[in-house]
Amino acid sequence: MSITLRNIRKDYDQNTEVLKDVSVKVETGEFFVIVGPSGCGKSTLLRMIAGLTPITGGEVQIDDQVVNELPPKARKLTMVFQNYALYPFLSVWDNVAFGLKARKLDSADIKQRVDNALKMVSLTKLRKRKPRELSGGQRQRVALARAVASDAKICLMDEPLSNLDAQLRIKMRQEIYALQRKLGLTLIYVTHDQVEAMTMADHIMVLHDKHVQQIGTPSEIYQTPANDFVAKFFGTPQINILPAKRSADNDHILNVSSDLEIALNQPVPAENLKIGVRPDDFKIERADGVSSNAVVKNTEFLGNETIVYATMNSGSDIHVVVDGQVAFRSYEPVKVTASSKLLFFDQNGNRINLAKEALVHA
Amino acid sequence: MNIVAKPKLSHTILNYILLIVLAAVVLGPFLIGLWTSFLPTMDIAKGNFLSLHLSLQNYIDAFTQTPIIRYLGNSLFISVATMIAQLIFCSMSAYAFVFLKFKYRNFLFGLFLATMMLPFEAEIIPNFTTVKALGLLNTYSVMIIPFLTSAFGTFMLRQSFLQMPAELKEAADIEGLGHFQFYWKIALPYNKISLLTLGAYSFLGAWNQYLWPMLTTFSNAYRPVQNGLRQLQSEETFNDWGMIQATAAIVVIPTLIVLFVGQHYFKSGMNEGAVK
Repeated sequence: MSITLRNIRKDYDQNTEVLKDVSVKVETGEFFVIVGPSGCGKSTLLRMIAGLTPITGGEVQIDDQVVNELPPKARKLTMVFQNYALYPFLSVWDNVAFGLKARKLDSADIKQRVDNALKMVSLTKLRKRKPRELSGGQRQRVALARAVASDAKICLMDEPLSNLDAQLRIKMRQEIYALQRKLGLTLIYVTHDQVEAMTMADHIMVLHDKHVQQIGTPSEIYQTPANDFVAKFFGTPQINILPAKRSADNDHILNVSSDLEIALNQPVPAENLKIGVRPDDFKIERADGVSSNAVVKNTEFLGNETIVYATMNSGSDIHVVVDGQVAFRSYEPVKVTASSKLLFFDQNGNRINLAKEALVHA
Repeated sequence: MNIVAKPKLSHTILNYILLIVLAAVVLGPFLIGLWTSFLPTMDIAKGNFLSLHLSLQNYIDAFTQTPIIRYLGNSLFISVATMIAQLIFCSMSAYAFVFLKFKYRNFLFGLFLATMMLPFEAEIIPNFTTVKALGLLNTYSVMIIPFLTSAFGTFMLRQSFLQMPAELKEAADIEGLGHFQFYWKIALPYNKISLLTLGAYSFLGAWNQYLWPMLTTFSNAYRPVQNGLRQLQSEETFNDWGMIQATAAIVVIPTLIVLFVGQHYFKSGMNEGAVK
């Protein structure tokens, strides 16, 4: 079942607009992730699709039917909540069966569905336990089993993993992904975690400041972000955004915060602009005081790589990822050069498309 | 390092002495009452409280010579009916105040609460006139109908319902549960502890009523136990104190049962695991 949103808008009252002009089509069987910082309206959007929150403007369409006025039940979907929303007085089995019983399914059918669902999330042994006797990950599995047991082909998930610890989150991420593929669910998944978005999504929608910033595949979003917000949101460590100028003498030369010159194979697209450099696209080397253009602040060793924090002579802070272990002392002068790829943003933060693929000679 | 200093021995002893004195003050009358209920009235009248003529004769007399069983039955019926009615009506109105959205909801709730400010004694005269006009005097109804619901119970359950996670309602909406189904299948079981508390509270409240039944009942057929107890004293010229004590002990038993049984349920942690 596909879901189409057309110019969705949400106001809580005259003055507080939460969402504006959200349009997207989610295809059948797609893993669609809505991502954004907290307070960007992503949970509100999900609740509007579910029918739990009234829609102020625009249309929600499931398959060929506009569902704005339909109650949640008639939209034939399931939802998994951040805090699981289990019924504490019911056993695991009854929790999963609850919705099916409410829909008055035949009891043999219920038994089969619940048993299957519990088997799929490997909870068969714990079916008689109460939620309070389960660990966080097990509770989350019960919530997933509820979605699995339902015959609804649309599943909405509202930050389902954010209450779990890091290890468990990776495991559950894989389980959710496998379940979605196996059952062919159309899954809309809300998260603030860019890693979850990148690893699971077919398509990502980035929400920020009431607006859709970009919709695209994970690689599109990473490689061609629509603006500096999207560029900064994806990738760890964060991308470096630095002010830059077109050189007055040569329009092929880019002057980055007056510390670094980069020669392009085409004219610099604007006089004043911002560039984005991923931390692993910088190169850093020891230099004497004369040729250096930055000073090391500190380094973080992560095992396979090292993050070097440095301050350019002009005062901009940057961070650089270097393979393996490198030892820089604090306050050691270094020379920073940019290699290969750059992203260009105008003064408002929108990305500028270059005429040709940028070949950069640092 | 142990930062908490060990309390001095003299302090501990003083604390315990104080506690023992207070316990004696609180429990004393109760224990004396229980003790005398086993003594023959002759010994009580002579002030011979340390007599060892203990027997269950007073209890046998109470059951055979007084309408105590009738009183107990009346009280039991009135209390159970009041309790059930309050559980149903308070939980329903609390549900409405929490989960239904209607105009002037908060104002109406304020009005509801305002009725709690009026002491029952202030309402007695208008209530009496009302039930008299309805012809309800000296019936069971007169002791049940004015207490079918209570602002306190509604308030208590409303607070309890408010603490339910909003996601439970949302999950129920998605499953397509109507208000009544959500109320019955989720809200009530989820708030079992509050309901038990209110049940115990309203049962004991009805059981221990005295003023209202005294005004509205005139015959042993409807008289509840507290008033019956009083009746035993004045009906006879010679007060059989031993038997009256035995009756009083019998009357207290349900209260104790409710408290002991209740205690088992009033542990926390029953709703753990609904949400993280």
